[in-house]
Amino acid sequence: MDRFVFLTLDGLSRGAVYAAFALALVLIWRAARVVNFAQGAMAVAAAYVAYSVSAATGSYWLGFLAALAAGLLLGAVVDRVVMRHVDHASPLNPVIVALGLVLLIQAVLGMVYGSEFRPAPAPFSRSALTVGGLALLSPYDLFVFATVGVVVGALAWVFARTAVGLRMRAAAFAPEVSRLLGVNVGGMLTLGWALASSVGALAAMLVIPTELGLHPHAMDLVFVSAFTAAVVGGLDSPPGAVVGGLVVGLLLSYVSGYAGSDLTPLAVLVLLLAVLLVRPGGLFATVAARRV
Amino acid sequence: MSATRAVVPPRARSTAESPRRAPTPRGGTLLRHLAVVLVAGLLLLGLSYAVEPFRNFQLATVAAYLCATAGLTVLTGLNGQLSLGHGALMATGAYTLALTQNAFADAGLTGGWLLPVSLAGALLVTLAVGAVVGVAAARLRGPYLAGVTLAVAVVVPALAVTFDGVLNGEQGLSVPVEPPPLALGAYFPYERWQLWIAAGTTLLVLLLLANLVRSRYGRTFRAVRDDEVAARLAGIHVARTQVLAFVVSAGTAGLGGALLAVLAQSVSPGAFSLTLSLFLLMAVVIGGLGRLAGAVWGAVLLVALPDLSHALTELLALSPAAAQRLEGNLPLAIFGITLVVVMIAAPGGVQGLLTRLGRALLARRSRRRS
Repeated sequence: MDRFVFLTLDGLSRGAVYAAFALALVLIWRAARVVNFAQGAMAVAAAYVAYSVSAATGSYWLGFLAALAAGLLLGAVVDRVVMRHVDHASPLNPVIVALGLVLLIQAVLGMVYGSEFRPAPAPFSRSALTVGGLALLSPYDLFVFATVGVVVGALAWVFARTAVGLRMRAAAFAPEVSRLLGVNVGGMLTLGWALASSVGALAAMLVIPTELGLHPHAMDLVFVSAFTAAVVGGLDSPPGAVVGGLVVGLLLSYVSGYAGSDLTPLAVLVLLLAVLLVRPGGLFATVAARRV
Repeated sequence: MSATRAVVPPRARSTAESPRRAPTPRGGTLLRHLAVVLVAGLLLLGLSYAVEPFRNFQLATVAAYLCATAGLTVLTGLNGQLSLGHGALMATGAYTLALTQNAFADAGLTGGWLLPVSLAGALLVTLAVGAVVGVAAARLRGPYLAGVTLAVAVVVPALAVTFDGVLNGEQGLSVPVEPPPLALGAYFPYERWQLWIAAGTTLLVLLLLANLVRSRYGRTFRAVRDDEVAARLAGIHVARTQVLAFVVSAGTAGLGGALLAVLAQSVSPGAFSLTLSLFLLMAVVIGGLGRLAGAVWGAVLLVALPDLSHALTELLALSPAAAQRLEGNLPLAIFGITLVVVMIAAPGGVQGLLTRLGRALLARRSRRRS
C-alpha cells in the first residue's frame, strides 16, 4: 500500500509535467492546426539557455526566467521565419518541416554544448517528506504541482477573460471574419506559438532535473509521452490535455514501479495505439465528422 | 556514384505527369525496367573493380540505404502515408538477420545459401511487423500517424535493452557473415563482395518496386493519396491499399536494415535511433517525394554528406574536441536546414529540379529548331 501511494504521488508529479507539455502541443494545434513535432527540441534549446545563464550568474531562478523568455522568442521566430511559409495544403508538410527543425536544433546544441549529459540541478530537495513513516511528496514535487497549476490557471484566465485571449480564439476559429473585424490574425498566431513554446520550455525545466540530465535528446521520450497525453485527452481540448498528462504520468509510474522501468516506452506506445484505435478523437472528443 | 543513378527507369520519374506520351503496353515496361537494371548492374560490376575497397564499401552502404528509401518513397510519396518509424523497421530486419545468422553459426552450418535464407527471413519478419503497424496506420491520418510512427521509432530500439537476454542490450549482436566464395580467388577483396551482395539485392528490389509503381497497384496507391473519397467511389478498397503500401515499404526497409547489418557485421540499438528514421524521411523528401530516382539521390546524400562534413572539419583545423563535436553534428544541421528549405522552396526535391531543368532545356532546343 505504501508503495502504491508513493507511486501514485510520483506519477501525478510526472503527469503534471506531461500535462504542461501536452498543453503546449494543444495550444499550437488549436491555433495553427499543426502538431509541433519540434516542441521537444525547442524546449531543450530553452533549457540549455537556462543552463548557460545559471552557469554565468550562479542563480537558478535567473536561468529559469531566461528559459521562459528563450521559449517565447524561439516560438515566435519558428512561426515567423519557418512555419508561416510552409504550404499547409498537405498535413504532411508542416510535420516534415518540424522534423527538419528537430534535426537542426539538436545539431546546433550538439555543436555548442557537446553531446554529454550536463547536470541539471533542482531548486528544491528531491527527497520525499515522510509523514508517519509514509514517503509522500518531495518539496520539488510540490514546486512542480504549484508551477503547473499556476500555468494552467493563467492560460485558462487569458483565454477566457482577456481581450487578447478572445482575439486569439477568434483568429484560430474564423481567421477571415476576425481579419474583417480588425484582429491581427498573423500576430495572434505568432503569439500563440510563443506562448506554447514558453510553456514547453517550462515543462522541460521541470522534467529535466528528474531525469539523467541535460542532453540534446533529453526530451525525445518526454515528447512521445506528452503527445500520447494530448491524444488521450483529444488534441482540441486543453482540459483533456491536463487529464491526459496525469493519466500518462500515473500509468508510467505504475508500469515502472511494478513491472520495471525498461517497459515504460513500450507502455506509452501501447497506450497511444489503444487510444487511437478505440477512440481516435481522444477521451474528451465531442462527436465530429472527419473532414475530407 | 554516378552509376547508381542509372538504376531507376526514366519512365518511373514522370509517372502521371506526362499525358502527351501514349501509354506503353505492359510487356514494354517490364522489358525496359529489366534493361535499365541490367545496365546498372553491369556498370556497378565494372565500378566495383575500378574503385578502391573503401569506395566499394560506401557504394554498398548507399545500396542498403536505397533499399529503405525506395520503400519509403513508395509509402510517403506515392501513397501519402508519413512514416517516422522506418528506422525501427530497419532495426527489425537487422536483428532478425543477426539472430538467424547466429543460429546458423551455432548449429555449425556453413555454405553460400545461408545469407539468402537469413535475408529472406528478415524480409518475412519485417513484412509481418509492417502488416501489424500498417493495419493501425491505415486508420490514422496526418499528425496522428506521424505521432504513432514516431513512438515506434523511439520505442523499438529501446526494446533491445528490455530483452537484453536475447538481444544483448546496448552492445548489440555481432553478425557472422561468410567470406566470399573461394571460386572468386583467394585475394578477392571483402568490400567488393559486400557491394555485390548489397547492390544485387537492391537492384532486385528496385526492379520489383518500379514494376509495382507502374502497375494497377501503383495507380491505386496514387489514387488513394490524392483523394480518398474519389478512390473509394472508383471501387478502390482504401484501407487495404494503405496496408499493402505499408507492408511493401516495411519489407524493403527490413531488407535494407538486414543489408546494413551484413555490411557492419554487427547490430546495436544505437545504429537505429530516431535520428536514422528522420534521416530516411529527409532523404526521400530532399531527393524528391514520389519519384524512385529521388530515393537514389537521398541514399547517396545519406552516405556522402557525413563524408563531406568530415573533410570540411579537417580543413578548418580546430581543436580535437571542437572538431569532434562539429563533425558529428554538421551533417545533422545541413540535413535539417536542407529539409526545411526544400520543403518551403522546392517541394519536388532534387529530382523535381532536375526534371524541370531537363524540360526547360528540351523546350528551348525545340524552339530553336522550329
